Amino acid sequence: MTKTGATPCDVSLIVNGEPRTVRAYPMERLLDVLRQQLGLTGTKEGCGEGECGACSVIMDGALVDSCLVPVLQAQGSNVVTIEGLGKDVRACALQETFLECGGAQCGICTPGMILAAVHLLNEKPEPTMDDIRDGLAGNLCRCTGYVQIFEAVAAAARRGVAR
Amino acid sequence: MKSERIVALSAPRKEGRDKVTGRARYIDDITLPEMLYGATVRSRIPRGKIKKITFGPGINWDKFVVVTAKDIPGKNYIALIENDQLCLADGIVNHPEEPVLLLAHPDRHALPKAVEAVSIEYDSLPPVFTIEESERQSEIIWGADNIFKTYLIQKGDVDGIWEKADYIVEGEYSTGAQEQLYIETNGAIAAFDAERGLTVWGSLQCPYYVHKALMALCNLPETKVRVVQTETGGAFGGKEEYPSMLAAHASLLAMKSRRPVKIVYDRAEDMVATTKRHPSRTRHRTAVRKDGKILGGEIELVIDGGAYVTLSPVVLSRAAIHAGGPYEWPAIRVRAKAVATNAPPHGAFRGFGAPQSLFAMERHMDRIARAVNLSPVEIRRINFLKPGQTTITEQTINEPVDLGKMLDRALEHSSYEAKKQWFARENESGAVRKGMGVAAFLHGAGFTGSGERYLASVVGVEGTAEGRVRVLVSSTEFGQGTNTVLCQIAAETLGLPYDDVEIAQPDTTEVPNSGPTVASRTAMVVGSLVASAARGLEQTLTASGKLGKTYSAEEFRRACREHVAAHGRFRSLARYEPPANIYWDDQNYRGEAYAAFAWAIYVAEVTVDLATYSVSVADFVALQEVGRVLNPVLARGQIIGGVAQGIGFALYEKVEWRDGCMQNGQMTNYIMPTSADVPPIRVFFEELGNTHGAYGAKGIGELPMDGPAPAIVNAIEDALGIPLDSVPLLPENIFDAIASASNRESDARSPTGVR
Repeated sequence: MTKTGATPCDVSLIVNGEPRTVRAYPMERLLDVLRQQLGLTGTKEGCGEGECGACSVIMDGALVDSCLVPVLQAQGSNVVTIEGLGKDVRACALQETFLECGGAQCGICTPGMILAAVHLLNEKPEPTMDDIRDGLAGNLCRCTGYVQIFEAVAAAARRGVAR
Repeated sequence: MKSERIVALSAPRKEGRDKVTGRARYIDDITLPEMLYGATVRSRIPRGKIKKITFGPGINWDKFVVVTAKDIPGKNYIALIENDQLCLADGIVNHPEEPVLLLAHPDRHALPKAVEAVSIEYDSLPPVFTIEESERQSEIIWGADNIFKTYLIQKGDVDGIWEKADYIVEGEYSTGAQEQLYIETNGAIAAFDAERGLTVWGSLQCPYYVHKALMALCNLPETKVRVVQTETGGAFGGKEEYPSMLAAHASLLAMKSRRPVKIVYDRAEDMVATTKRHPSRTRHRTAVRKDGKILGGEIELVIDGGAYVTLSPVVLSRAAIHAGGPYEWPAIRVRAKAVATNAPPHGAFRGFGAPQSLFAMERHMDRIARAVNLSPVEIRRINFLKPGQTTITEQTINEPVDLGKMLDRALEHSSYEAKKQWFARENESGAVRKGMGVAAFLHGAGFTGSGERYLASVVGVEGTAEGRVRVLVSSTEFGQGTNTVLCQIAAETLGLPYDDVEIAQPDTTEVPNSGPTVASRTAMVVGSLVASAARGLEQTLTASGKLGKTYSAEEFRRACREHVAAHGRFRSLARYEPPANIYWDDQNYRGEAYAAFAWAIYVAEVTVDLATYSVSVADFVALQEVGRVLNPVLARGQIIGGVAQGIGFALYEKVEWRDGCMQNGQMTNYIMPTSADVPPIRVFFEELGNTHGAYGAKGIGELPMDGPAPAIVNAIEDALGIPLDSVPLLPENIFDAIASASNRESDARSPTGVR
């Protein structure tokens, strides 16, 4: 690391339910720490400037672009990545409906998109189509034209209601 | 026992579960031991001679691996068509961002500063930036005349039509560059070992293109170059050619350092340095009878190829063949030309020339309609190609396509007539204007003319020791559904459950060359070969007596296991055989241009805000005839995704050029459609089948890119009543067009304006 001139520090945070401590420069991107130090490569880099949402993670209940979060800011926080959704019922429903409805094509935006959808359904378990459009507007997908993603989110929401 | 049909069902995406769980491994997710990171030092000027390269102070250069053109073991070019594009500039640069030298270092964060610290002094040469400048030839920047390629298509007596015409309608149309903007940027890892040779993993469409380029560049035999495609996060044509360059760079660094080297572009580098859709200018001059029948015409089409030939001749070919649209031309002359400019080479992007020439054709049809006082619907209906008639290359339409009926159906789904009437009333007042637009078009599937014959693709299907079936192709998955559809075809052919079939990772040491994954050829051409190879596997088992004429899945599995146990590796290969009676004349560009055309009618409804001049697409109907739908969910996904890219092409995606260099190489200011921008995109299929395609399939991947831009611009013209002849159309462009139309109107009213 030569880019900051600062000295590395220890940062403790909870990632996917596990307490972790990483040694990193304070301004290192949470995205790089997740991918390179913790091996959580399901979080993707699409643009590095907070436009595309491929690096979306849920941090203390908020949907954030991990490319814009300096790791020091994540000190003490609770971070959930795509790898941490295994037991989340809502997330599992979304993963199924993404498969059934064609919500994933090339797959590079998919982890971020599913986290955005999990966050949306956590906030609004019965979203309208406008809620879905707004809730996913920070996550770009170049393959699908979004329509089948909307259908996947709506289908997962219906399953949630049925339960 | 082949009762259960798999083709035509929405079988789940083969690699889908890995994608939705984040387990899928893309190139940047892979790290090899001892791996270095590579970076590229690029030209900062459009054209000039390199005088001097200085490695500046403040960098410990001993820790860097440095590669220049002198380190290239073989030929310094990226093998493709003309081999004129260098891998690393050698004394001269011809476009901004041209690669000059390469750096590698163990710490990826050390690279940006080092790249900045390399300074290059140049003797600048005068550059050429536009089609018009290139045509004027005030500077010759390529060959003798700045022209990469020309084509001439002629049908009938064009010179004799003008005197018979009641109207002669002229128009000029242009389209801008468009960035593919796959969300995963380009990336590759190379590793070299004197004994085993070179291995490259990468995000790419065409493993054997990269293989061919690396053999020439690195002076290695076929067996010492291995190319492996990793999960690829979108491509759209943008990973057809540039991965050869990137793989070449990573390979040179790996060969020099003897360590694995990874290069992954950041978004800015990917946007400014790699290929985009060719900008185009098309002029139409059409002779029309007063009842609306087109008697003939001339089309002059020019595309801007950038600094090197790369794929421009092939893009131009497709643009030229599609230039007449789905209409019957008794006489036509198409002159097509690709010219050089000092911009990074433009390249493949979904549609491959057809979106450009079809934009012009479909805008021009609305202009003809206005000239002869017919509706946009009627002018198309009168001129549609019918079975038995011929295209502009004199290819006879011998399938029962009924474009008139398709048009009726699309109009009905979009409530076209009712909305036209309603908008005519609404548009008299208020803060918005609404309009409806139609586009009719066709898209040829597979390589053009003799292309498939030259490719001579080979496909393998393997029976494994576990009794499973594996499809072996170099055809790649990058979101379109290659893995799924080819496995469906093998399963259907063998009467096996879909889960019994898997597909090998494209790896040139494991899979035969089934051709590049381009030109909407995978389901149709490669799919047919998968079916043939699968039949070969079955025949071997039945001929050896291990399998009866009818069999259960379990019997097939057992027979397969026995065969492998007795004879070892069990593979069946199928090679492309050109269909009989296909005639193509490469010299005169005449004959059967494509084995099949898909046909489509798209209808757009737009709303233009008169305060902001922004356009929103309120509704979109996409109706197409695609032979046979092999997987309804995936097919619909292809269409919707293509329409969304077409909306971007029409309304949002503008490359801002300065001195041959993209100025807005960021997602912040190059805007693609978001979830808030897409209308309901309603997809309808018609299925006529196709004797050349697997289970009747035609190509569909590129088709949906062709129609949205003209349908949307036609709708904007309908809303505003002013002609708009270029895309992209951003609010400022619409503002300008309205302003100049009202200036013209006031000029016309003033006494000096009377002419």
